[in-house]
Amino acid sequence: MMLAIHRKLFRDLAHMKGQVIAICLVIACGIATFVMSLSTLASLRETREVYYERYRFPHLFVSLKRAPETLRRRLEELPGVRTVELRIVSEVTLDMPGMDEPAVGRLISIPETHRPRLCNLHLRAGRYVEAGRNDEVIVSEAFADAHDLKPGDSVTAILNGRLQTLRIVGVALSPEYVFQIRGGEMLPDDRRFGVFWMGETALAAAFDMTGAFNNAMLALMRGATEEQVIERVDDLLEPYGSLGAYGRDEHVSDRYLSDEIRSLRGMGMIAPAIFLGVAALLLNIVLSRLIGTQREQIAALKAFGYSNRDIGRHYLGFVLIIVLSGSVLGTFGGVLMARGLTRTYTEFYRFPILQYQLDASVVVLGFGIALAAGVIGALISVRRAAKLPPAEAMRPEPPKSFRATLLERLGLQQLLSPATRMIFRNLERQPIKTALSILGIAMSVGVLVLGNFMEDSLDYLMDQQFQVAQRQDMSISLVEPTTGSVVHDISHLPGVVHAEPIRGVSTRMNFGHRSRRVGILGLPSDMRLFQLLDAKRQRLDVPPEGLLVSDKLARILEVQPGQSVTVEVLQEERPVREISIAGVIDDFSGLSAYMNIDALNRLMQDGDTVSGLYLTADSRHHNELYTELKSSPRVASVTIRTGMLQTFRDTMAENLLQMKAWNVFFASVIAIGVVYNSARVSLSERSRDLATLRVVGFTRQEISLILLGELAVLTLVAIPVGLLIGRGLGELVALGLDTELYRIPLVINPDTYGFAALVTLSASVVAGLIVRRRLDHLDLVAVLKTRE
Amino acid sequence: MSAAVFEARNLTKTYQMGEVQVQALRGVDLDLFEGELTVLLGPSGSGKSTLLNILGGLDVPTSGTVRYCGELLDTDDDATLTRFRREHVGFVFQFYNLIPSLTARENVALITDIASDPLPPDEALRLVGLGQRLDHFPAQLSGGEQQRVAIARAIAKQPHVLLCDEPTGALDASTGIVVLEVIERINRELGTTTAVITHNAIIGQMADRVVTLSEGHIQKAEANPQRRPAGELSW
Repeated sequence: MMLAIHRKLFRDLAHMKGQVIAICLVIACGIATFVMSLSTLASLRETREVYYERYRFPHLFVSLKRAPETLRRRLEELPGVRTVELRIVSEVTLDMPGMDEPAVGRLISIPETHRPRLCNLHLRAGRYVEAGRNDEVIVSEAFADAHDLKPGDSVTAILNGRLQTLRIVGVALSPEYVFQIRGGEMLPDDRRFGVFWMGETALAAAFDMTGAFNNAMLALMRGATEEQVIERVDDLLEPYGSLGAYGRDEHVSDRYLSDEIRSLRGMGMIAPAIFLGVAALLLNIVLSRLIGTQREQIAALKAFGYSNRDIGRHYLGFVLIIVLSGSVLGTFGGVLMARGLTRTYTEFYRFPILQYQLDASVVVLGFGIALAAGVIGALISVRRAAKLPPAEAMRPEPPKSFRATLLERLGLQQLLSPATRMIFRNLERQPIKTALSILGIAMSVGVLVLGNFMEDSLDYLMDQQFQVAQRQDMSISLVEPTTGSVVHDISHLPGVVHAEPIRGVSTRMNFGHRSRRVGILGLPSDMRLFQLLDAKRQRLDVPPEGLLVSDKLARILEVQPGQSVTVEVLQEERPVREISIAGVIDDFSGLSAYMNIDALNRLMQDGDTVSGLYLTADSRHHNELYTELKSSPRVASVTIRTGMLQTFRDTMAENLLQMKAWNVFFASVIAIGVVYNSARVSLSERSRDLATLRVVGFTRQEISLILLGELAVLTLVAIPVGLLIGRGLGELVALGLDTELYRIPLVINPDTYGFAALVTLSASVVAGLIVRRRLDHLDLVAVLKTRE
Repeated sequence: MSAAVFEARNLTKTYQMGEVQVQALRGVDLDLFEGELTVLLGPSGSGKSTLLNILGGLDVPTSGTVRYCGELLDTDDDATLTRFRREHVGFVFQFYNLIPSLTARENVALITDIASDPLPPDEALRLVGLGQRLDHFPAQLSGGEQQRVAIARAIAKQPHVLLCDEPTGALDASTGIVVLEVIERINRELGTTTAVITHNAIIGQMADRVVTLSEGHIQKAEANPQRRPAGELSW
């Protein structure tokens, strides 16, 4: 049978159901984001681990110019190395039906007689390649999906200058391309970049690489030290044009996955912290009022022998039930959201199976955190209830002491009507409650700013990157570095308006004991199609000597302009030089370094040499130009800017819109929850005063003004505070997303601030109107009769 | 003479009320005896509520001692006081102090839930003549009925002492008499040692003994030669 004290608990909860529901919803939002982030995180991490393990994702990767296969033995004998897989990797131009512009195909060799020992393929459709068939390929699923390719279809590629038809026999996934992006690109583009696996005999023949390899993967033994193995591999492969071995931390696909996992963890912390913080604050406000109104009930319970602990437990029961209901609701919401998020992930990340699994420990942890937040919020009030001396509670509360407010003390009292004075005196008399209410409403504004700043930042980033910095229509990379006359040749292709040479060189940059593998891009001094910008978004000219490095690289190497770094070139003659840092540029992705192309050529001891071009072309002649480029044996690949941008915008737009809807919902829950609860508490505290005013002749409008005016003041003060909080949270998030892969600039447009203020204001008005209805039904006689 | 249930010696009490200091008791000695019905009489502010609260373990004296059944009541230990109240004392307050969210029966059950040998709530309510209104909420009961629920709640645990603070203070005369009759019956039939606080001198006529307080002192203590039945009182 239920004890009478528990009945009281449930009846009291039912009596204040509006407030209880509001707090439950805030907790539910916190738990939902927590469960969503952390359980998706767990699923993602678990899936990755199993995938890597089962399909043997290697630990080290290295690209080189060309080395004999006989080196395999020596690589295998290096201490710490368990398995070695040698491959030929080469990029080719693809001519895809239904697409005028060329696509880039990356051909990777696989053994015909057995499955690869590292980076095994997961076949989605079709079969593995067979020995003796030199045109069979397996295509990556992302590219196959984008072009609707099936086993039996074929694609045309230019292999080493010769047109060749590749017959698709299978569609596959590889742990190497969970996130399929070309290194150095900012955005994935599944239509214009595809991975193909081809039998090694056939591929070697096509590229004159028989008995040789240009790419190796190594799996290490448990306990092997990665840096030591890297050092030995580099020593061994240096004569063969090694670009330097690197670990998973520099592997693009794995980096993207790791960063996603990291940002999920960040979201799993920040958002629940906000919601549960607000919930704690609401429980504090509501419970302290409840205990205030139940002073005499508490006294009676104590008079009859209920102990302090019984009373404390009773009021903690409120917290427990509210937290439990909110958590259950939030867990369901979180699972729904997590399923949605997992679906979104399957668009970006290619796993054999990405199945969402709810981890019970996440639910338990979430509930524990919510309970802790609730108890912290309620603790002061509950302690006060438990400690309340019964005899004192039996006596009516002493009259509250009021004093003139700051405004009045400043001599501004003439400006204030008696009603306004009541508002300000009430707010000033309970500074903590006032501050908590303001903080709560401000959080709603903050959540909205935080939720929408990503969109502003991405817009800004896209604009800066693709309108201001990169102005070329397409970039071309050449099969081999060649003389500068190629610029002249390409300028004369149909439709080309302007072409500029670039040269990319792979290096390792060292400063002190810090070191990074960085490509240096050589640019002509009068570059027009690519602009380097400093932190103030001012154009920086490429200096005749010295390096311009990205801010992120400078920070990683801890180097400043004027100092010199040691540049080890990893190609050709592999010169090593000290080069001074001439300046720092501000960009958003990767680690980059730029220098004058002539200076770079001097460093390489070459004459006028280029490895690629940026060009603009007349859009009317694009098709003719594409045809020329596709058939040119010197062109390794072509990247088209607008295509990449469009694909990205399409995928992002949908996700951002969805995110925005959620944010508005979350923020409204907070704003309504806080305003409604503050209003209900004020109404309960002041119903006697207000009824008295009604009795002496005040109108409903006039007394509404006193109560709602208080809410209006709270909301208006909270909005600017919230905008600042939102900006602060944005900074926190931007900091969390600041990785070697990309940076998100903190950009918040005025309309984002305006939107946040407007949504919160509307939510406040809604909450105010709900309370106003109660005020209209204020029972004057009953209110005056009840003894405070 | 029967044994003293309470022996209070030299009690003083000073407390803070808002910004004013109130000296409620200024050295009070009082004994209450087994089975006795005592009326504590005095104007408001005379210290009678404070005295009752200290006897019942609701409040602690600034100085002085209280013995209950010969044992010194440790007023410094909250747990001891709570156990004392839970096991031995029934309270009735001027403003009833019912829990508005609980029915009459549940208000009584609130106490029987934690008592060691209680009456069933229904029986306690029948004793005060409310057997028909078990499932009514306080808001659905008249003032007199609410006070009788409060009495049922106080006696349901079969307390050794029943302390009533102005039990008729908020009631009209005829309803007040009904409530006093209930208290009288409890005292007579269950033998519960009872103290009733009032500022109404007429109520003193139903007592074994009337103790008059004024400004924190006991002015006089007189035994009634004969108790008048509560039903015969009027004011």
